[in-house]
Amino acid sequence: MSLQTMTFLVVGATFALYIFIAIKSRASSTGEFYVAGKGVHPVLNGMATGADWMSAASFISMAGLIAFKGYDASVFLMGWTGGYCLLAMLLAPYLRKYGKFTVPEFIGDRYYSNIARVVAVICLITASLTYVIGQMKGIGVAFSRFLELPFEMGLLVGMVIVFIYAVLGGMKGVTYTQIAQYCVLIFAYTVPAIFISLHLTGHIFPQIGLGATMSDGSNIYLLDKLDKTLVELGFNQYTVRNGGMLNIFLYTMSLMIGTAGLPHVITRFFTVPKVKDARSSVGWSLVFIAILYTTAPAVGAMARMNLMETIRPTTGAHAGEWLKYDERPSWFRNWEKTGLLKFEDKNNDGRIQYVGPKYKGLENEMVKVDRDIMVLANPEIANLPNWVIALVAAGGIAAALSTAAGLLLAISSSISHDLLKGIAMPDMSDKAELLAGRIAMAGSILVAGYFGLHPPGFAAQVVALAFGLAASSIFPALMMGIFVKRINNIGAVCGMLAGLGVTLVYIFWFKGWFFFPGTNMAPNDAAHWFLGIAPEAFGTVGAIVNFIVAFIVSSVTAEPPEHIQHLVEDIRVPGTVVRR
Amino acid sequence: MNTQNDRNAYWKANLQLVTICLVIWFVVSYVFGILLVDQLNTIRLGGYKLGFWFAQQGSIYTFVALIFFYAARMNVIDKKFNVHED
Repeated sequence: MSLQTMTFLVVGATFALYIFIAIKSRASSTGEFYVAGKGVHPVLNGMATGADWMSAASFISMAGLIAFKGYDASVFLMGWTGGYCLLAMLLAPYLRKYGKFTVPEFIGDRYYSNIARVVAVICLITASLTYVIGQMKGIGVAFSRFLELPFEMGLLVGMVIVFIYAVLGGMKGVTYTQIAQYCVLIFAYTVPAIFISLHLTGHIFPQIGLGATMSDGSNIYLLDKLDKTLVELGFNQYTVRNGGMLNIFLYTMSLMIGTAGLPHVITRFFTVPKVKDARSSVGWSLVFIAILYTTAPAVGAMARMNLMETIRPTTGAHAGEWLKYDERPSWFRNWEKTGLLKFEDKNNDGRIQYVGPKYKGLENEMVKVDRDIMVLANPEIANLPNWVIALVAAGGIAAALSTAAGLLLAISSSISHDLLKGIAMPDMSDKAELLAGRIAMAGSILVAGYFGLHPPGFAAQVVALAFGLAASSIFPALMMGIFVKRINNIGAVCGMLAGLGVTLVYIFWFKGWFFFPGTNMAPNDAAHWFLGIAPEAFGTVGAIVNFIVAFIVSSVTAEPPEHIQHLVEDIRVPGTVVRR
Repeated sequence: MNTQNDRNAYWKANLQLVTICLVIWFVVSYVFGILLVDQLNTIRLGGYKLGFWFAQQGSIYTFVALIFFYAARMNVIDKKFNVHED
């Protein structure tokens, strides 16, 4: 069976499964649409959160960035897992105790102000929409490869499917579908990793294999061999720090705080039965996420190794020879069709010279190697069987779809539930509210699709921007709302606006206003960044600004009223009734 | 859990536990994985350089353990102050 038929079969079968579950458990009331009736077991909720969380950025993009950046890409690994500690200890149990549907609802009540609620909605939409743009890039890559279409066409197909999928069900449908998606995506991610680890090192666990010796008899450690190969060819050494320490520090922090501030993740912990379940459910989520995140470094390093060895083997009959372009393998040809992999024979010798910027004497002829193709190409590069390659395509699509659906749900609920029903039209019917939510979803997909065509970075980097925005706006407001009674309405609003404002301006300055290509004010490179801080890392600075502004403004304005102070006391203690 | 004193004591116990957990959280990721990475990289853990290992493996394992530790300790504290839900 050809690879394409196999891919259609596997992707089709997994799709049928998700849609079947979504229809089976279709949401009927608005309560169920948003939070699944608060009856989901912590372990299952953890698994669903894992699928919701691990998006195209984690599945498709992250290992590719690790493959090309080595240690410096650790920011994603630590950043997207460490935030769960903040979530478990600083937010989830208290927000579960408070027991409302959406994040802006909590912020509006705690800061006794509809303005605060609207500002929270703005922050939420800005962050979530940026996040969906990142997903669209990943979806475009996955669909273009397996349908063998140009990237742009693949993206269009993906948009249609996301729309049908997200509009069909609410959270309840999504919760059970996401459990299925988790199983598909984790299987799809670990199986090729295990195959490749066994092949290269003889270890079944990729986490062990990455730190082991090569099984080719050379007895050299895999990471040492990779370092040696890369340095010889003029690339950066893999296992050491090459970027600035301040930037790496702030980047990691921004992703961590953003994790705890992203509404679609927080909302998940509103769905568990008790406060103590909220704590352990965060733990279970991280267990399921960690399976992929500890595998990813092995996938990245081994994919890079296999790529380098394909183009210039270090052992065997062709050791030290550059690959002939006419003899390039089929994965190379297939990815050329998507336009995400490009070769230019600069010295007309018919061979592919792939060297880093520090290499003297040869020009690099791999003019484009999109990082986002590495995970999908990895099983093909390693000559794994067709069913594994098909499985990875299905997994990547599952990851992108599940997260896009969760985010679109968060966007639509904040527009229909918080803006329309909560503030503008309180006597709106449940049915009209659901309809408004679905229209909001469709609008978001169109906007995200447009920017997916001109993405401001690789999928994981675009998603990192979304985290910076969430970090600078929502997390500080939530945390202070629980831990600092003295923060009042004006303080919180000023804090959120200041945090979001500085972060957005900094991002737009280097990435273009509203991400429109060509409108950036300065080149996006380390030499122009303020103190060497990348736009993706600036969320930490935004969060600090948010905290400081909120403290100063609150301290010079009136204390929050007494009933709000009681409310804060009550959400801190599990077994009491919240005085509203 | 009726008096203000009980509430304050419960909250204090909670904050103490959170502080301990977050100190460990900070040390494994930011200190071992980032600030001291160059120094720790001179130590080897099999094929891994130690700083590299903390950044790409060790910190993640620690995060998982920390959350379950926190959840378990909080259950004990909830029971002690009689605020658990049943």
